[in-house]
Amino acid sequence: MNTGDTAFMLIATSMVMLMTPGLALFYGGLVRSKNVLGTIMHSMVCLGVVSIIWVLYGYSLAFGPDNSGLIGNLSLMGLNGVSLSPGPYSKTIPDLLFCAFQLMFAIITPALISGAIAERMKFSAYLLFITLWSTFVYLPICHWVWGGGWLAKMGALDFAGGTVIHINSGVAALVAAIMLGKRKGWGRESFHPHNLPMTILGAGILWFGWFGFNAGSALSAGETATLAFFTTQVATGAAVLSWLAVEWLVQKKPTTLGAVSGALAGLVAITPAAGFVSPVSAIIIGFSAGAICYGAVLAKNKLGYDDALDVVGIHGVGGLFGALATGMFASTAVNQAGANGLFFGNPHQFLVQAIGAGAAIAYSVVLTFIILKVVGTLTGGIRLEQEDEMQGLDLSQHSEVGYTS
Amino acid sequence: MKKIEAIIKPFALEKVKSALHDMGVYGMTISEVKGYGRQKGHSEIYRGAEYMVDFIPKIKIELFVVSEDVESMVECIRQAANSGKIGDGKIFILPVDDVVRVRTSERGDSAI
Repeated sequence: MNTGDTAFMLIATSMVMLMTPGLALFYGGLVRSKNVLGTIMHSMVCLGVVSIIWVLYGYSLAFGPDNSGLIGNLSLMGLNGVSLSPGPYSKTIPDLLFCAFQLMFAIITPALISGAIAERMKFSAYLLFITLWSTFVYLPICHWVWGGGWLAKMGALDFAGGTVIHINSGVAALVAAIMLGKRKGWGRESFHPHNLPMTILGAGILWFGWFGFNAGSALSAGETATLAFFTTQVATGAAVLSWLAVEWLVQKKPTTLGAVSGALAGLVAITPAAGFVSPVSAIIIGFSAGAICYGAVLAKNKLGYDDALDVVGIHGVGGLFGALATGMFASTAVNQAGANGLFFGNPHQFLVQAIGAGAAIAYSVVLTFIILKVVGTLTGGIRLEQEDEMQGLDLSQHSEVGYTS
Repeated sequence: MKKIEAIIKPFALEKVKSALHDMGVYGMTISEVKGYGRQKGHSEIYRGAEYMVDFIPKIKIELFVVSEDVESMVECIRQAANSGKIGDGKIFILPVDDVVRVRTSERGDSAI
């Protein structure tokens, strides 16, 4: 056990925890004021639900001893055998701390999906959805990549969760947005963000927390954590600039929402690559991600699905690009525990990354569809009643309002 | 007695208020309103989605004056609110039957 690593990971874990309230503010500012609390609630409630799932059986299914590469077994239920000594995933920090760090990732992933279903999903249905989705989608994919599952054995690189978290939540968001249907008034009324400063504050908290997310994924306070920390910063900065540049060209105005959306795109794209690429590669990845995600968000308006807060365009597309970019830019010159990518003489790694991403997409799409069907049946429909949707989530679902005038 | 109702651009309020104050007007009621006339609205862009905003913020000033003062007041407001650009606003002049001061129950001109 190493006290330096332990101290670092306790802090990194706290920083990842703060990302979920940060996401709540990010999303909260983007919706209309009648939905601000309901939208914040979508993130906050994940802190409750997933924490309990994690202890009961979640950690065990994700990180317990492997069953044919697909899922962990139930031997760690109730965290039975998860000790305060170093464990199988962490040689220098307590097993329980690794468990806590991973819990924060499991919390924010379903919360990310909530951006796609914003302003129109019934709270009871949402609650059941995140419970089932965490169980049947997040835990298996997490196991495949990080718990010694088949993607890990195949050599797929996902430093801090590009596939497990962003591709996964991004495609689930697409399925959910389509199944839920468009918000009332889509295409006719304007859905103005009601508080962009709140969104920008949320983005700032996310960016800050992301250092815990990416650097912490090294699990020790050393070279790899430092590399991941640095690549996270420069990729994100590059993505801010590229989103703004493209926006300026296409729409003649650079926007603050564009700046923070670019930041998110950069953070997402660098996540799988953070500890495997050089700072210069990180800038290329971030710069590309800003422009690609901007294009993906524009495409949404043409394709006609109502992914309200652009989870697909930013997390889905950004995550997919990041996973593939990891297969291009990874280099053992910066991290020997990683691999070389396409541009460093190993096209095979690109293929592995594509297989990993493809598997996560296929699995998440099918399971999310089934889960929403089941949730709809059990709760009498996933969508709000029309009248409730008009009134807003805050009053209709929670009997409170965000602002009194 | 007349009521002067002026709809002006929000940034012109301070100038109009001090111009009226210089004319000896010590009371007025204002409200933040939204609307459009020839100026139309403006467009806003959020993540590539462009919205036309038809109703844009304006300030409505309501002022009650004795009939003799109407022309000078209206001209005072017009000059102060005029930026020479489209959307500077409009001034309406309406007749008023009577006024009652709540505290003293005075009526008519002396209640203004």
